[in-house]
Amino acid sequence: MRFSRTSKALGLAAIAALALTACGGGSTNSGSGGGNASAVITVDGSEPQNPLMPAGTNEVGGGKIIDLIFAGLVSYDSSGKKVNELADSITTTDAQNYTIKIKSGKKFTNGEAITAKSFVDAWNFGAAAKNAQLSSIFFEGIQGFDEANKEGSTVDTMSGLKVVDETTFTVALTQKESDWPLRLGYSAFMPLPSGAIKDPKTYGEKPVGDGPYKMDDSGWQHNVQIKLIPNPDYDGPRKAKNGGLVFKIYQNDDAAYQDLVSDNLDVLQTIPTSAIANFKKDLGDRTIEKPYAGNQTIAIPYYLPGWSGEAGKLRRQAISMAIDRPEITKVIFSNGRQPATDFTAPVLSGYDANLPGSENLKFDAAKAKQLWAQADAIQKWDPNQTFTIAYNADKGGHKAWVEAVTNQLKNNLGIKAEGKPYATFKEARNDATKGTLTGAIRAGWQADYPSLYNFLGPIYAKGAGSNDARYDNPAFDAMLNKGLGATSVDEGNKIFNQAQQILLQDLPAIPLWYQVAQGGWSTKVTNVDYGWDGVPLYYNITAK
Amino acid sequence: MASYILKRFLQLIPVFLGATFLVYYLVFSLPGDPIAALFGDKPVNPAVAAQLRTQYHLDQPFIVQYLLYLKGIFTLDLGQDFSGRPIAAVLGEVFPVTARLAIMALIFEAFFGILFGLLAGLRKGKFFDGTVLVASLIVIGIPIFVLGFLMQFVIGVQLKWAKPTVGAGAPIPDLILPALVLGLVSFAYVLRLTRTSVIENMNADYVRTATAKGLSRSRVVTVHILRNSLIPVVTFLGADLGSLMGGAIVTEGIFNVPGVGNRLYRAVLSGEGPTVVSIVTLLVLVYVIANLVVDLLYAWLDPRIRYDS
Repeated sequence: MRFSRTSKALGLAAIAALALTACGGGSTNSGSGGGNASAVITVDGSEPQNPLMPAGTNEVGGGKIIDLIFAGLVSYDSSGKKVNELADSITTTDAQNYTIKIKSGKKFTNGEAITAKSFVDAWNFGAAAKNAQLSSIFFEGIQGFDEANKEGSTVDTMSGLKVVDETTFTVALTQKESDWPLRLGYSAFMPLPSGAIKDPKTYGEKPVGDGPYKMDDSGWQHNVQIKLIPNPDYDGPRKAKNGGLVFKIYQNDDAAYQDLVSDNLDVLQTIPTSAIANFKKDLGDRTIEKPYAGNQTIAIPYYLPGWSGEAGKLRRQAISMAIDRPEITKVIFSNGRQPATDFTAPVLSGYDANLPGSENLKFDAAKAKQLWAQADAIQKWDPNQTFTIAYNADKGGHKAWVEAVTNQLKNNLGIKAEGKPYATFKEARNDATKGTLTGAIRAGWQADYPSLYNFLGPIYAKGAGSNDARYDNPAFDAMLNKGLGATSVDEGNKIFNQAQQILLQDLPAIPLWYQVAQGGWSTKVTNVDYGWDGVPLYYNITAK
Repeated sequence: MASYILKRFLQLIPVFLGATFLVYYLVFSLPGDPIAALFGDKPVNPAVAAQLRTQYHLDQPFIVQYLLYLKGIFTLDLGQDFSGRPIAAVLGEVFPVTARLAIMALIFEAFFGILFGLLAGLRKGKFFDGTVLVASLIVIGIPIFVLGFLMQFVIGVQLKWAKPTVGAGAPIPDLILPALVLGLVSFAYVLRLTRTSVIENMNADYVRTATAKGLSRSRVVTVHILRNSLIPVVTFLGADLGSLMGGAIVTEGIFNVPGVGNRLYRAVLSGEGPTVVSIVTLLVLVYVIANLVVDLLYAWLDPRIRYDS
């Protein structure tokens, strides 16, 4: 039942009409993209878990929609580079006080003008604890966040935000943060029309934004689909090149894949594990494999006996060099991962594949054995002791690669090693945050915004929320702070890479590989590319 | 008769209270903190978490949460799910879809099950009977998800006779394939049940009498054999409607049907007590009412059965 009788009839009528036009007018060639630009593209989505509020959406299903129906101060191009959308300029002299000028004359799709107040109100709304927005933590650098985000607080404004005039506002941070402008493309920082704050519940069902797309009248059919149509007034860098997007909501990727191979779905963001072996055969050249801002590491806590001090450092280097990364990415992932040469990800601006010390991430069995022996000379490793790598067994398919890594450690270092499965991700995180791990743990990181610092500060700074290894190196922390105090993002990145050189020697975690997005598309569309975050650039997709 | 029905409806009250209490308690006892899970992989923001806990009464002890939920039901307010939508609206979206799917499956299994069962029973020991028996055994023996993926792949992807998944609005044509898969195993049971029952009744005295009376073969088969053979089958079908609705979760997953199973699965995973309880209670009510209808059908099928109170 691919076509109803009516649509068939309409189709025939359309073909007849086209044929007639062709006969009458000869070859007028109305531009190659003319007919295609109106075609609606069907892509896969998942049911958003929360109302569609920018600061209340922290998962992919809703995040994809928010990113398309909103435009913030900046957005990111496919290489993760920040480009201005609504921002005219974002300036600072001290990396702590920012002056933001927005372009004038911009409007929400309901006609309301976008002013400095639209941003300040939206950010205050997102930060205030009483509004219970899940991404409120993104505003934490701003002065006054702590008061607004205290448990039971009734304060609903942050003192660090001030409206200067219609198109200007200032932001005061609690400390220097040179990479702060980078995060302004994240969904939490989008502006909101006044109606959103008055009635968030109604608004979240059918949000009014200012992005390349807007909600169609049929809008969000829960558990079924979300339809977006181009916003004709949008004139930023992400202008829609198709006639709209239908996000068909899937319960699992397997069903979506069956739809993809039978041309009922145009773009599938992530090929399901069950089809990884076959998808290139099934889809031919309609596939993409592209690294995105995520990585996989093994964190080894310093509180484990034998893993601190000089011996610990040598052992970490030995472990790192005993792992043949290219072998595993080839055999286990069919090249669906890319061997890591640093702690960040290759799609970020400022990334450097050849940092001094990156040789510590290259496979060298002889050197590894020698380093391990050196460590043994300082502090003897009990040969009956087993080195474990904890992982969560509920999703992500980590078992296969953890076993491959432990086998390589056994063979190349002659120590006992095995994987330690946790039933759920939650349980594994519980032990990691409490500091009660009995071995190493796999640690993946996916960036929220394309910044080197986002891969370093939250994970390796002393006392940071995700510092599973309990790494504490004052030299490294000082370097991070110096980078945050830099006057420009590029300047900051240079310093962050110097900080990485310290990490490459210390190896609080052992970088393994970068995540690679693997997707595919139907015979009906073309121009499919992925962004820095592994999400397709939906606005660029065109029908054939 | 009326008092019998009234009595049966009164029985619904303890069933309802028992089911809601039990299910609510089970969801409450699930390990893990549902609010922390909302934050996903990100660190939990304690201020926001506290606000959400208050909003969903998760800071209250179990019995208070349960009583608040009951109070909501009596004021026709089932509460909200974690995305802030009224649960009543959610039920209104998912139940019609699954009901359509389950009823289509039921019609399929009843019609073909009884037809093939009757034919097999009448031709006991012949080639047709043997073939049908073996085929039904195979169907019963294969897990439903294998059948589902197989039919999706062959009929949907390879032959393109149907869409591999269900489209927006779950239209009837899209639901044919999933309904076939959903009803397939029960179809095999109905077939076997009908066959056995028919064989039993063929040798009954009243059938011999009817034939001796000179009634036509077709009248003997439809009125005397079939009608009397249907009692166990109808019992099975009534109970099956409930399990089809609740048990559609696997089929719904394979064919991406936006129905009860999918929503229930997500609600259990995220620990949304009120959503789970509302869905399960409604399923229990469907089950109980289907059984009541079956009991009333008995009297029509076999006039000897009377409902005395």
